[in-house]
Amino acid sequence: MTAQTHVPSAPAPVPAAPKSLQGTGREPWRPRVFRYSLQAALALAMIVLATLVIDTAIDGAPQLDSSFLSNAGSFNPDKAGIGPAIWGTLWIIGVATVLIVPLGVASAIYLEEYADESKWWNRMIEVNIQNLAAVPSIVYGILGLAFLVRGPLSLGPVVLAGGLTLGLLVLPVVIISARESIRAVPAAIREGALALGATKWQTIWRQVLPASVPGIATGVILALSRAIGETAPLIVVGAAAFATTNPDGLDSRFTALPIQIFNWISQPQAEFKLLAAGGILVLLAILLVMNSAAIYLRNRFQQKW
Amino acid sequence: MNPSKTMNSNPRQTAPTVSDEAMTNPSGAAAPVQHSQTLPTGRSIDPDAPVTFDLSKVSVHYGPKLAVDGVDMQIRRNEITAFIGPSGCGKSTLLRCLNRMNDLVTGAKVGGTINFMGEDLYGPKVDVVQVRTLIGMVFQKPNPFPKSIYDNIAFGPKVLGMKGDMDEIVERALTRASLWDEVKDRLKTNAYGMSGGQQQRLCIARAMATDPEVILMDEPCSALDPISTGRIEELMLELREKYTIVIVTHNMQQAGRVSDRTAFFTVEQGGTEGARVGTLAEFNPTQQLFTNPSDPRTEAYISGKFG
Repeated sequence: MTAQTHVPSAPAPVPAAPKSLQGTGREPWRPRVFRYSLQAALALAMIVLATLVIDTAIDGAPQLDSSFLSNAGSFNPDKAGIGPAIWGTLWIIGVATVLIVPLGVASAIYLEEYADESKWWNRMIEVNIQNLAAVPSIVYGILGLAFLVRGPLSLGPVVLAGGLTLGLLVLPVVIISARESIRAVPAAIREGALALGATKWQTIWRQVLPASVPGIATGVILALSRAIGETAPLIVVGAAAFATTNPDGLDSRFTALPIQIFNWISQPQAEFKLLAAGGILVLLAILLVMNSAAIYLRNRFQQKW
Repeated sequence: MNPSKTMNSNPRQTAPTVSDEAMTNPSGAAAPVQHSQTLPTGRSIDPDAPVTFDLSKVSVHYGPKLAVDGVDMQIRRNEITAFIGPSGCGKSTLLRCLNRMNDLVTGAKVGGTINFMGEDLYGPKVDVVQVRTLIGMVFQKPNPFPKSIYDNIAFGPKVLGMKGDMDEIVERALTRASLWDEVKDRLKTNAYGMSGGQQQRLCIARAMATDPEVILMDEPCSALDPISTGRIEELMLELREKYTIVIVTHNMQQAGRVSDRTAFFTVEQGGTEGARVGTLAEFNPTQQLFTNPSDPRTEAYISGKFG
């Protein structure tokens, strides 16, 4: 206890503050206006989006039943469905995936791990990939038409041509996102592996690539969900506007969800417009599932360094 | 427990003086016996120990810039050699020349000769992968792979195609790093769940799993707390019996506690444009360097006049 030694003394003098600490109690008008305008901008965006989704859901939800999801196209709105469109979309997305995963990852590894930045041709490739990612999709459609559907490969307007076209369209995006994932693996991991006597190839294949797989997968899924909604290039490569059977191979004719939706909207009868709303809901649902998978992968497996 | 653990922060005040006999004792004094005149590490050094690294007029350029110049030194087998000196003196740069990690830096160029166990390390036919299997490295910041503890250890032996039971190899490496008892029940868990000190010992275990001759350590304790640092220092003293260790440290007390010989590097204005070039100022048995430095710059540095 310090009671015996502590002698209470006079309270220490309090110096006068040079100015009062009290404010007006109100936020000045400039920051307040700024904050309100930010909120208004956000609200406007959300209201527009919500209106579109709700309006579509009101029209489209009653259409969603098993016959709508499985039936083929028909001139009778009561019998028309989007079965072939769903299958067509899955087929072309599958083809695109098979194309972009190996090509995208290989290109990204080359650019990140092997390319010598001081060489002009490597810098040119980089700039070109950035530019290709911004090329309008219809240009890829024309490319697909000229080189895949007709021209050198002459595949015809089939699943393979449609899938390859969409794959080429999103390939730059996949390369860019795969490069970012590979770059995110710290140099310390590469040094650690090399210092143990691993070759460059072993370091990349066994350490760098496994560590960047979640990021690469996320990038691929997001790229594919962009591809799924593409309409213009598929129209150009000649996707069928009207399909009565599901595609059954790489060489079969196909339609796809956005094409089917576009086709229905162009019909004069009101019933087809309701069917289009149903198709939009199916497309949105698929996109939602894919984007959720991407977010899950990113949060669950992405390495925190 | 290492008796030098209690050493005062200034090694000059408490370290026992070293005599000429200890320096010239030819009787193979590599055994860890307590000698009346010993180094801070509790043993005397063998002046005839085989030379592992023989450096002659070594210089390092980064592009046009000269970083280190004119280093002559001999690093001996089963000794701990410490590199100390102020920032920018090139001690880490030199360390990275010893297992050719500098090859990864574009524009890095090594001059002079470095012989490793009689072979030119930079000879035209030398395979850098082979070099690094014999000369392991532990880095400043623990860098475990984002994999299980087991896979971290097994990676080196696997890529080298080492024969034998992998479970045994893993257990042996972890035991040598005195980590086995702490992790034997969670070998399959991710190494990132370990503490920083455990991660660094895992990295040491990983370096040992491939049975190297030498382990290079680049400021291995700079990211660790004092207790983890103490454990790693104890570990180094145990490992000295089997490996040659070269350690870069910013911590002079650490050099005094663990090393047999210390190289003091300094950085000076030199060259045509006043570039800062690292040079080796003094290389002597640790005790001599700390108690009776032969170079006035060493004395100034260890007594805290600069750095």
